[in-house]
Amino acid sequence: MIARIHDYEPVVGKNTVDELQLLAGKLSGTVVQNINSTAVGGGVAEILNRMVPLLRELGVDARWDVIKGGQEFFDVTKKFHNALHGRRETITQEMYDTFLENGQENLKTMQLCGDIIFVHDPQPITLIGKKEEMNSRWIWRCHIDVSNPDPDVFGFLLPYIERYDASVFSAPSFTRKLSIRQFLIAPSIDPLCKKNMELSQETIDGVLEKFGLDAKVPIVTQISRFDYLKDPVGVIEAFKLVRKNVRCQLVLAGGTATDDPESDKVLAEVRERAQGDRDIHILLLPPGSDIEINALQRASSVVVQKSLKEGFGLTVTEALWKGKPVVASSVGGIPLQIKHKYSGLLCRSVDGAAYMIKQLLNAPEYAKKLGENGREHVRQNFLLTRHLREYLLLFLSLYHAEDVVYL
Amino acid sequence: MAGPMRATDPFIFCSRLNLRELTGLKAKNLCELVSLIKTVPGSVIYHHTHHFLQQHQYLIPEPPNDFAYWVEQALGYRDLAESLASVNTCEFGSIRALRDRIVSEIDEYLKHNPASREANAGEEFYFIKSVSFVFKTPYEAYDLTEFGDIIKKVTIDSIYFHMYESRLRLEKGVNDFSNWIRDELAEEELADKIDRLDPYTHTMEGLRRRLTGLVEVHAKRAAQ
Repeated sequence: MIARIHDYEPVVGKNTVDELQLLAGKLSGTVVQNINSTAVGGGVAEILNRMVPLLRELGVDARWDVIKGGQEFFDVTKKFHNALHGRRETITQEMYDTFLENGQENLKTMQLCGDIIFVHDPQPITLIGKKEEMNSRWIWRCHIDVSNPDPDVFGFLLPYIERYDASVFSAPSFTRKLSIRQFLIAPSIDPLCKKNMELSQETIDGVLEKFGLDAKVPIVTQISRFDYLKDPVGVIEAFKLVRKNVRCQLVLAGGTATDDPESDKVLAEVRERAQGDRDIHILLLPPGSDIEINALQRASSVVVQKSLKEGFGLTVTEALWKGKPVVASSVGGIPLQIKHKYSGLLCRSVDGAAYMIKQLLNAPEYAKKLGENGREHVRQNFLLTRHLREYLLLFLSLYHAEDVVYL
Repeated sequence: MAGPMRATDPFIFCSRLNLRELTGLKAKNLCELVSLIKTVPGSVIYHHTHHFLQQHQYLIPEPPNDFAYWVEQALGYRDLAESLASVNTCEFGSIRALRDRIVSEIDEYLKHNPASREANAGEEFYFIKSVSFVFKTPYEAYDLTEFGDIIKKVTIDSIYFHMYESRLRLEKGVNDFSNWIRDELAEEELADKIDRLDPYTHTMEGLRRRLTGLVEVHAKRAAQ
């Protein structure tokens, strides 16, 4: 069942919900049209599925449209996505043409009706071509880290980006200097969804039993897909160092990325490194294993995210929300979530990770304090209600250029 | 019995919410940091000296500003971090004056110490601006009892607005609570006590408790 806005009051307080209603009231009658490239699958669709109904319940006329495109177009946009992340991709003129032609088709067929047109990611970016014909404000929401992109692809997109009135990025390190306003709005987790809701001890125990884990021995967990950038092998090495002094179990749980051909290779390597070690549990989880992930996080003594590169790192947010002490690399959006020694520990190496995991296992009071701080930090900054509030402020900012706005 | 004094003009509780705007500017060493601190808009200095109060308001209130935190965590200059952390924000009546003090601490350090360390890639200091949205809440108080009751239930954003933002960013010099208590209720002693609180060494909830305690004592006295 989809949660309603008042369901969040016990989690964030009535005042927070009242504030959302007050802000939304200032936007009454404003049509906010979200546009992205898919209605299902992927983080953006997941966010919009939650956001749009809540905005509507608050009284904002939020709508959501999806651009059309064939396989060829999405193959090109996948390459764009990788190139913007800094990966080398060969992109031919024909591919750029495919992207532009598809954009033209959508310009002809899509009904653009928003007072605010909120375009998500690069796929629909050329819709900005309609800007001059309309009296709307345009926002480009970039969910990708474009700090070190392929210069050709970024150079191709830049003239479109800079025609928008404002842009939004998830972390300061994800962007570069642009001629338009850039707002910082971090993503969020939904405290009421299956992956984050409270679970009974019975459910947690059931999941541990299902995966053959011993509830009496401390569990160290990393949840992430099997990808070199998540450094699962590094986690195993760190775990082996920890276990020289402290008895514990390691859980590496996640799916394989279907669009990543290296994923199977990584999983094979991880399995080889873990072979014969009964304390290491490699769990390949199918999509939709939200309750299992939730239970594994809740059953852990320490949660690790030893990524070499990271997006915002929402698995860290999820673990912090569950009050868990986290050891994570200082990459991507993780330093926004963890202030070293205040709300978790930041590591830079296998040895460092091992030392910190050991510290936390041996000093449960310290671990508990970090976990409590981490949970409060998430409550204040990374829940869906904060995300909603910042989107409402973002919409309002389009009508005000000053730094102090009196509503 | 005369009862507690009632104000002619009520205290109207406002609140403020903020949105962070990226400037695209970043520093990887101390020289770049100080040179940008000198030139960025005041809203940037305000953000980096105040957002910790709200984003980390559950913690023991440290570190007090982003500059101190970054200088220690990313560059490892502990002495300078301590000097920056000890800059007493309460002493300053304007962002401009606060900025000058931060700059002079770093310049002084650079004069006497080599400062060649650079932050790791991705751990640079990113300059961010605070855009504030100020609005009235439905709460207003005519006397100390009402005032104390409302302090207990308004959001921390409201307390934050009247204690910090109004005084420093809007350059009123004194926090709004003290101003009203002094002007409308003639409670000079209470106004002074609130004015002397160092809000930068309390958590936001701690500050709320401290304010509530002070107001309740004076409200009882006023009612006698």
